[in-house]
Amino acid sequence: MADNKNIEKEPLFSKKNIGLVMDPLTDSNPITVQVLGICSALAITAELKASVIMALSVMFVLAAGNVVISLLRNVIPSSIRIIAQLVVVAALVIIVDLTLKAYVPDLAKKLSVFVGLIITNCIIMGRFEAFALGNGPWKSFLDGIGNAAGYGLILVIVGFFRELLGSGKLFGFQIFGDPVEKTGLYALGYENNGFMLLAPMALITLGLIIGFQRSRNKSLIETN
Amino acid sequence: MSTKRTDKASYTIIFSIILVVVVGSLLAFFANATKELRVNNDKVKSQMDILSSMGIESTRANATEMFNKYITKQYVIEGVNATENPEAYLIDIKKEQNKAKEGGVQRLPLFVGEKEGEKIYIVPVRGNGLWDAIWGYVALNGDLKSIYGVFFDHKGETPGLGANITEPFFKDDFKGEMLYDASGDFKSVEISKSNGDPNNVDKTDNQVDAISGATITGNGVGTMLKKDIRLYLPYFETLKK
Repeated sequence: MADNKNIEKEPLFSKKNIGLVMDPLTDSNPITVQVLGICSALAITAELKASVIMALSVMFVLAAGNVVISLLRNVIPSSIRIIAQLVVVAALVIIVDLTLKAYVPDLAKKLSVFVGLIITNCIIMGRFEAFALGNGPWKSFLDGIGNAAGYGLILVIVGFFRELLGSGKLFGFQIFGDPVEKTGLYALGYENNGFMLLAPMALITLGLIIGFQRSRNKSLIETN
Repeated sequence: MSTKRTDKASYTIIFSIILVVVVGSLLAFFANATKELRVNNDKVKSQMDILSSMGIESTRANATEMFNKYITKQYVIEGVNATENPEAYLIDIKKEQNKAKEGGVQRLPLFVGEKEGEKIYIVPVRGNGLWDAIWGYVALNGDLKSIYGVFFDHKGETPGLGANITEPFFKDDFKGEMLYDASGDFKSVEISKSNGDPNNVDKTDNQVDAISGATITGNGVGTMLKKDIRLYLPYFETLKK
């Protein structure tokens, strides 16, 4: 249990701990570098609002789940640790689902099965296995926040472009004018690209982001 | 992990029992705590959907107020007898349909609305799409022969294809469509791929244009309308007299 000693020595926001939050935003981003959690990233990014809610939901599940698993890491029998992880993540996801249904019912309907599918989001189980089982609760919490933020960042970027180019809106507000009344940009003949709202364009947008990131940081390019 | 107490079978069993009991009671508590809000959300959604079928768009904030304003009467029909019931909109159509399947009498909710001085009758419908349930409300004109407007929703039809039954371009086709043919027989409204009338100009052909790529969902809508509106015909006959 070397990690417990480390925590006592380290300040709360040591350089290493800050790295836990910042690295997943860029060089170890769960979506663009580790290519995890793609399914939901494609499905719910047609609107920025849904992207943000999804990102926050995943952040809650991952941060809380990481802490719970980290606290239990010495009492979970290793033979059933995956099952125990699943029970924890499923319980957290149901709490998120019920909360959304109670307070933002229309959005809950739009996110529909994808909230439930957070359970199967590889990022969650991946972080439980790779990090929370071997680190203390504070570090695990930071790791959860960082990875969920990295996931959310990509969701928001994709959602931004898809909603802006697909329906000419951001958070539901019309940016380019009214397409029906033909005001603003639409008066000049601009048209929304409905294709942006479909899943294939989410994949292409994501591909462009991945390509852009690797062109900036050559070390991320796989050699095989 | 080396050989520790956590590797023993008895420990594993006790651990899993405790974990499940703790998580189970936590979730039960949480579900109970949010139940009232969720049930209320569903109620408001039904009110919004009924209003939407008669062409009134409402928000969650003003739905109940609008519902009370525009829906003047709510009935529950059993056979040809209608009794007024201010909570008819809460009747679970799925349960009623199952009751009918088992040989019981299906209670049929009927809503009477009034908009711009015109009487509108609204009936709920429920059927199957491609993947899962589809449902909606059909608003009929005061003569009970043609459609005033419709509302459709679905549980899990394919986005971009079957899910488009909720879109205005599909629902608007139903407006004014006749439910009876020229000789006065009940025909309902079919979803047709071959009626050669994509803009739905002909309102007397008992057909609206289908959505490409959504054949089974479309057929499901057609079957649902025919099956469920037919149930109301005996009562409608008594109204026409």
